[in-house]
Amino acid sequence: MRGMLATFAVLCAALIAMTAAGVEPGEMLADPVLETRARDISKNLRCLVCQNQSIDDSNAALARDLRIIVRERLAAGDSDTEVIDYVVARYGDFVLLKPPLKPVTYALWFGPVAIALAAAAAAAAFLRRRRTRRPFRSIPTSAAGSKRC
Amino acid sequence: MIAETGHFALVLALIVALVQGTVPMVGAARRHPGLMAMARPAAVTQFALVAIAFAALTHAYVTSDFSVLNVARNSHSAKPMLYKIAGVWANHEGSMLLWVLILATFGSAVALFGRNLPPTLAARVLSVQAMIAVGFLAFTLLTSNPFERLFPVPVDGRGLNPLLQDPGLAFHPPFLYLGYVGFSMAYSFAIAALIEGRVDATWARWVRPWTLAAWSFLTFGIGLGSWWAYYELGWGGWWFWDPVENASFMPWLAGTALLHSSVVVEKRGTLKGWTVFLAIVTFGLSLLGTFLVRSGVLTSVHTFAADPARGVFILGLLVLVIGGSFALFAWRGPALRGVGLFRPISREGSLLINNLLMTTAAASVLLGTLYPLILDAFDAGKVSVGAPFFNAVFVPLMVPMLAVMAVGPFLGWKRGDLAGALGHLKAAVAIVVVVGLATWALSGGPVLAILGITAALWLAAGTLTEFAGRIALFRATPAVSLGRLIRLPRSAWGMTLAHLGLAVAVAGITASATWRTESIQTLGRGEAVDVAGYTFTFLGVREVEGPNYVATRGVFTVAKDGAMIATLHPETRRYPVEGQQTTEAAIRSTFLGDLYAVIGDPTVGGDAFVTRLYFNPLVPWIWAGVLIVVIGGLVSLSDRRLRVGAPQRRPSVAAPGSEPAPA
Repeated sequence: MRGMLATFAVLCAALIAMTAAGVEPGEMLADPVLETRARDISKNLRCLVCQNQSIDDSNAALARDLRIIVRERLAAGDSDTEVIDYVVARYGDFVLLKPPLKPVTYALWFGPVAIALAAAAAAAAFLRRRRTRRPFRSIPTSAAGSKRC
Repeated sequence: MIAETGHFALVLALIVALVQGTVPMVGAARRHPGLMAMARPAAVTQFALVAIAFAALTHAYVTSDFSVLNVARNSHSAKPMLYKIAGVWANHEGSMLLWVLILATFGSAVALFGRNLPPTLAARVLSVQAMIAVGFLAFTLLTSNPFERLFPVPVDGRGLNPLLQDPGLAFHPPFLYLGYVGFSMAYSFAIAALIEGRVDATWARWVRPWTLAAWSFLTFGIGLGSWWAYYELGWGGWWFWDPVENASFMPWLAGTALLHSSVVVEKRGTLKGWTVFLAIVTFGLSLLGTFLVRSGVLTSVHTFAADPARGVFILGLLVLVIGGSFALFAWRGPALRGVGLFRPISREGSLLINNLLMTTAAASVLLGTLYPLILDAFDAGKVSVGAPFFNAVFVPLMVPMLAVMAVGPFLGWKRGDLAGALGHLKAAVAIVVVVGLATWALSGGPVLAILGITAALWLAAGTLTEFAGRIALFRATPAVSLGRLIRLPRSAWGMTLAHLGLAVAVAGITASATWRTESIQTLGRGEAVDVAGYTFTFLGVREVEGPNYVATRGVFTVAKDGAMIATLHPETRRYPVEGQQTTEAAIRSTFLGDLYAVIGDPTVGGDAFVTRLYFNPLVPWIWAGVLIVVIGGLVSLSDRRLRVGAPQRRPSVAAPGSEPAPA
């Protein structure tokens, strides 16, 4: 019962976090170019305490802190990559909504390509086999089937 | 007493399902008519019993009977009636009860309307259906009993999460489940066909309407959920590639493939094994979706259940159903041989491409959704797979898909004439080139967005050209065209509408994702700000009392070129019972886009407010597109050839014009 309640409380907190959207006017940079870059970077950084939300979308305290860090780094003259590297160095790959290409994510990134190629190869094999083979009749394997034929 | 009646009815339903799951199956194997005949009354009885259980729980919610634990936890006496009723399925236990109710409804529908099915097939289908019911009824009774009592009885309930107190979300789960569970029909037919060892046009004619119905419901359910996210979550997003969204999207993708491959089975008697395989995969993904949401394996905003015992039970069920089905498929599948030959460039070929792209898309979404869980399970590190990954994978799959969709319907069965088809599409090509270049010149990019818009346009132009060709528009006299239009089979209307709806939705998706304008600022009373050429003026706030909440309601006027065009009333609602707060965005839809306003917290002094104002271009097109797709599905469902089901029963009834006339 207590466990359930705790879970419920956590879920509620997540829901509250989800309702109000991220960036507050006070955090925004005066330079519109820098602010646009900050927004673009924020959209690809995960709010670590939320489920599947970027720091740009979340009003959790941690997301706010990260948004401010991103803007501070940009204001200090960092490039976009430097800002992202700075955040990744502190929070790990988990913070990136678009996982980096490395051995552990090869299956993720090449998977869809492999699936598409395998599916295309299977279809091609199916079509070739069909062309060389004489057409089959439907083979009934049960008594009911043969009766109906 | 009523709660106990419900509980007892549910236990009886499980026993009936056990009998229905075994006796007719044995009867079909032994060709015993009496044992097979048991399936129909059992299916209807099972439905009646689950309906009694569902009515009992609904009664407890409507009368606010807080001696029932489930009601005390998820309801409150001050809640509006709509949300008392919706509260029945807005929690884990109740939603499982809804799941089994819908399953039993589909089962009894087969029992009642499937009188023209071959007796062994009917017995086996109902038997498989009941086996699924056994699994889920046992799950509900053993791990998620909604009728558990509570003592001492609390004075009032804990209330329902305010985010869920919304008309859009009240009806989101029933439609989603009608889709998920509806695919169980295709699955039961597939398993029955594997046992029977035959798949023919009659089988396909039986599977298609159920798949079509489930698919239409699922489309509507997903659309409803997305619409809710758009207006309720308060930042104008409508799809987040959240694992729980993916859970409903995967069966949709596989179901779309199934819908198209079953056409090939019906019309051409080929792709039989593949269609059976897809039916298993589609329902398997529905079960996986249920598992992901219900087990708490992803603790996400949509997941209201988090109990490992439940997770293990559903996982076991999932392994049993999917593993067992694939084993059966491996054993019996090779017996299902197709008869029709076809060239790669043909109607069958284009439907095969649809299947390839749809299944690749479904598999990729599955990979992306499960990848973090798999890595985590093997301690291989923690990664996040979010929207940027899914967009990167999905767009390259959908663009060729849309390109082929416009051409496919022009190709003949068996052997198509690509040059001829493209010849019909000259006008479409011209329109796409002109409008594509114009969009580029006006908006200046990005390339992907231009690609999306032109793909949508290409699909719309191709679909309309094909439709015009069917009714011989401009080629024959208007009277002849009108006659053809009237006699056009409903399924042809359905395809045209569904493809057109997708084109409209794709345009909306592309434009809203690319060209939205956002303005976040603090505004005091009387201050104005320009958003995409619209002037939003903030006129202040007032406090408003709702049935179970208090709201701060902001007032904005919107003017364009000096003329007032809208007044917007966004709210922040506070729910004292639940101690939570929600934002209610104010939205004014126009043909070209939505004016979207959200009011946030007041500044320290209290006289100015954080305001978020957006212009979301073409967003209404997404919902319009989804609705057109659903209408297309329903129109196709009303086709008499599907309604009649097995065609050989009443061939004389078919009107001459309703004969299949594929272009």
